Amino acid sequence: MASETAIRAEGLVKHFKEIKAVDGVDLEVPAGTVYGVLGPNGAGKTTTVRMLATLLRPDAGRAEVFGHDITADPSAVRTQVSLTGQYASLDEDLTGVENLVLLSRLYGFGKPAARSRAGDLLEAFGLSHAAGKQVKAYSGGMRRRLDIAASIIITPKLLFLDEPTTGLDPRSRNQVWEVVRTIVGEGTTVLLTTQYLEEADQLASRIAVIDTGKVIAEGTPGQLKSSVGAGSIKLRLHHTDQREHARTVLADALRAEVELDDDPVALIARLLPGQDNAVQGAHALSELAKAGILVDDFSLGQPSLDEVFLALTERVGA
Amino acid sequence: MAFTETKTSTDQDAPAPVEKERLRRLLNQGERPAPPSAFASARAFAWRSMLKIKHVPEQLGDILVFPIIMLLMFTYLFGGAIAGGTGDYLQFLLPGIMVMSIVMTTIYTGMSVNIDINKGVSDRFRTLPIWRAAPMVGYLLADMFRYAAAGAIMFGTGMIMGYRPAGGAAGVLLGVVLLLVFCFAFSWVWTWLGLITRSEKTVMSISMSIMFPLTFLSNIMVDPATMPGWLRPVVENTPISQLVDGVRGLFDGTSPSGAVATTLIWSAGFIAVFGFLTLRAYNRK
Repeated sequence: MASETAIRAEGLVKHFKEIKAVDGVDLEVPAGTVYGVLGPNGAGKTTTVRMLATLLRPDAGRAEVFGHDITADPSAVRTQVSLTGQYASLDEDLTGVENLVLLSRLYGFGKPAARSRAGDLLEAFGLSHAAGKQVKAYSGGMRRRLDIAASIIITPKLLFLDEPTTGLDPRSRNQVWEVVRTIVGEGTTVLLTTQYLEEADQLASRIAVIDTGKVIAEGTPGQLKSSVGAGSIKLRLHHTDQREHARTVLADALRAEVELDDDPVALIARLLPGQDNAVQGAHALSELAKAGILVDDFSLGQPSLDEVFLALTERVGA
Repeated sequence: MAFTETKTSTDQDAPAPVEKERLRRLLNQGERPAPPSAFASARAFAWRSMLKIKHVPEQLGDILVFPIIMLLMFTYLFGGAIAGGTGDYLQFLLPGIMVMSIVMTTIYTGMSVNIDINKGVSDRFRTLPIWRAAPMVGYLLADMFRYAAAGAIMFGTGMIMGYRPAGGAAGVLLGVVLLLVFCFAFSWVWTWLGLITRSEKTVMSISMSIMFPLTFLSNIMVDPATMPGWLRPVVENTPISQLVDGVRGLFDGTSPSGAVATTLIWSAGFIAVFGFLTLRAYNRK
């Protein structure tokens, strides 16, 4: 069971007029895990998901979902998957409960069973109080949760989540993360697309980075980050005139590259890979304190998606 | 004080936290009912359309008020000129104007399909393991209800104005059924158009430019016998004129079997050709 493959895609291609939205994507998604597809807007994430969910026919290449070919046998694929699209896949004119009852009926539940399933889901997702409201009156976070609830009316073997947290506030985002962890914990495979490295890092056990329709890197979050660099420390000082001094202290303490930011009191130190970031951060702070440099603000950050892309695309370009 | 009030109202709006234990239990119920039959899934979509009418009742206004306006306007405007009196003209006009206003409203189906297909919700419908035609058939089933309502309102208004059907209740009922069958079949032209065009405005302008000549170049308002010789055979043989002949004959009790048969053949043709094109477009979307 552990070695079962949920998705196997080879050379998927999709063109829209002259634009190559997806230009030869290979994926291998093991069952029972969260697989992250990371990339900026327009990278081809949604198009890839739409092909795998049988909404679009690929122009070239092939893919299987739990052994069913997406073009030869789309109806078999549809019995295995659920899709939560980038824009809520719900009927905005209907109420929350009406949406879930409608979809339950379409899955084959009888009227009473559909009603009780809808009620249970609304309760589990903390939406009972809004059951009778039209979806157009829902907040972004509520809509997202109703959308995910609709995707598990029948527990799917594979759940597609297309940018599930884009545009959500941090609290709603954390709730969605919790839901995703619970769903995958019960054995469903999740294919998650995201623009946020942090999200992929939090949830996914493997990540494919997509840019301009191609997979430019693939691996565990750890592999991906270490291939890019360990992260950085950002400091804001109390006195502008201590900045040069601080730069020397940091460079000595961390044996790392230290840059001066555009902000006249700020510095950025790129950490060396292979060492604990927190240990390096603590060491840097204590050295600065010993040197009598006053620090107002200190942050320890992972490489950002921008940095990942920069590093990866530079390598592809070279 | 104001601050406290604001805070209370946000707390009420905020959703309760996700209940993980409950969610786990739901995920593990593992109950998987047999997929719904083609008819059951179409019925679910029809229910959805009826709910939309319930939530946005304004959309019924067009369909119910417009026909009454047409009936009053044409009867009292043209009655004297065309038939020498409004009473006689109403007797001729009512079945035709009923066909005209109801067939006209079939284009709404195409617009609804177009609005739907560009929204996320149709992505979800298209990933469900259900009969592919179900969403469209569901629309059409709910539309049958609207058409029947519009027909009843027009007929009632006609009766108040003095219309008397010689065909009796059975004739009227059969006439309305014939009209509904034709509308169901003809709507597939618009579902296809709704799927292949970019916006509902395009659907509107294309369908209007088909419907206007098709309904005016017909026997709805005037007897084709008064038209020039070259135009007459064209007008008499359009599907709309055949339908009007059928409905008018049934209302008048003249058993118009030829026109009824032709209308049913046209209907079967529309379903076969445009039903096929609709499904092909839906699958390729």
